[in-house]
Amino acid sequence: MLSVSNLHAAVEDKEILKGLSLEVPAGEVHAIMGPNGAGKSTLSYVLTGRQGYEVTEGSATLDGEDLLALEPNERAARGVFLSFQYPLEIPGVPALTFIRTALNAQKKARGEPEVTAPEFLKLARTKAAELKIDFDMLKRALNVGFSGGEKKRMEIFQMAMLSPRFLILDETDSGLDIDALRIVADGVNALRSPERGMLVITHYQRLLDYIKPDRVHVLSGGRIVATGGPDLALELEREGYDKYARAA
Amino acid sequence: MSVASAIRTRDAAELPGKRDEAWRWTDLRGLIRQVPAPSEALDPASLPPGPFDALADEVVIVTNGQGAAHIGVEPGESKTVALRVVSRGDGAHAARISVDIEVSGRLTLLESYEGEGAYLGQTGLMLSLAKDAVVERIVLAADDAEGVTVSQAEVGLAAGSSFAQTVLTAGARRQRIETLVRHPGGHAELRLDGVYLLADKRHADLTTSVTHSAVDGTTQQLTKGVVRDQARAVFQGKIIVAEGADHTDARMGHHALILSDRAEVDAKPELEIYADDVACAHGNTVGALDEDALFYARQRGIPEPEARALLTEAFIGEVIDRVEHEGARDIVRAWAAERLRV
Repeated sequence: MLSVSNLHAAVEDKEILKGLSLEVPAGEVHAIMGPNGAGKSTLSYVLTGRQGYEVTEGSATLDGEDLLALEPNERAARGVFLSFQYPLEIPGVPALTFIRTALNAQKKARGEPEVTAPEFLKLARTKAAELKIDFDMLKRALNVGFSGGEKKRMEIFQMAMLSPRFLILDETDSGLDIDALRIVADGVNALRSPERGMLVITHYQRLLDYIKPDRVHVLSGGRIVATGGPDLALELEREGYDKYARAA
Repeated sequence: MSVASAIRTRDAAELPGKRDEAWRWTDLRGLIRQVPAPSEALDPASLPPGPFDALADEVVIVTNGQGAAHIGVEPGESKTVALRVVSRGDGAHAARISVDIEVSGRLTLLESYEGEGAYLGQTGLMLSLAKDAVVERIVLAADDAEGVTVSQAEVGLAAGSSFAQTVLTAGARRQRIETLVRHPGGHAELRLDGVYLLADKRHADLTTSVTHSAVDGTTQQLTKGVVRDQARAVFQGKIIVAEGADHTDARMGHHALILSDRAEVDAKPELEIYADDVACAHGNTVGALDEDALFYARQRGIPEPEARALLTEAFIGEVIDRVEHEGARDIVRAWAAERLRV
């Protein structure tokens, strides 16, 4: 599914990713853990095409298609979804309007028929109830005045509505209390399927108690320096990143 | 010296220009060497319908400076009037319109400027509100890219009256829309809003001046605009709170988005306060579209032009949402959306 090979990327001429390679097969959940400054968020922005993140070498493909050649919205239409570490506030645009615009833009790009207003509202009501989101909140400007936890929940709601094929969760646990974490994790787990892949980026092991990864990678100094099973996350929690920071 | 008298006397020296402090960003004197010949008469029957006709009880048409000069609202009467100011051709013309709203009268004034040609037009409006009168004035200025127009409204409020205004403009070769308000306090309420959406080499100048002369008056002012290409916007907002006009509550906001390197916004917010016990504030920002928000929208699958339109529509939507007349609000929202989706 996702195949990243020898990826080098720079921000303002400073190289952050230094030859990162990673394979996430369909149906699997991979966790990326690493110390602050290791390049975790850079990886998520490079994969989604944010301006200012310049790829200098290497490749990233989704089912064989070159992601790096696509515009951010084209990547989204191919099914790449990023749950932002710091979701943006969009004043003046109700959440429902924003999500419906996004969903129909994606469908249009894929040559699928657009959703009608009643279909969309029905879907929104169902997903909102699952994520325990007050439906009235969806009529308000997206994320404006929302708490950190509400914003994260709104990311997962958007994910559920857009039904992407490849999910990148960037520090989705930060700002969540334990109840919210459980709701968010349930939302993410509901999307696990043999056709989908997920990359869960986190600093702490806590999230991985709820979203069980198939593989755990340690990102340090812009490269994957270790890969293992779920136990690796527990080891990192116990022993910290020191040994990997030195390895990098 | 005024635009109206320059047109009447055909003396370009009477036009205001950059040496006049209040006109320094909207220089007519430097632009117009010679005042054009008077515009030819135009038969209103030859015109297509105006933008607000369907909402109005009464349609008043002024063509090339000629037509009905008075709109009246009887005590306690309530009505919606569409006022169409139509310019055609390359001539010069000026019109004078008075609007009187008697005690407790209610008026929704849906004013449109509809131009085709390289005309020079001036419209002077005198609006007079009696005690407890309520007026909402919505101005949709769709002038020609070659036109030069000046609209000057003088508004006199009375105690207990309410005047709410929203001006929306796409600019012209040079255009100024001016509103001067005499605010007597006495729990009279004033809202002065504006939206400018300028492209190409268009110019729009929204100038307002409010004088609070006595206690207990409110003024709420919000102007937002978007400029692209080589367009230029001017915002001049002045609020004067005279000595003794205590408990005045006046808020002014002006916020602009500049979408190209060669577009320009000149803003001059002014608060002159001579009273002691007042609540006054103003805010002024000029910036670009939020690139982070743009990326966020694109990451969700919205193509860049659509994302830009969505965010700019939302930006000015805050002003449009304040329009009280529902039908007019829908019309101006659609008008604005059409101009932003280019």
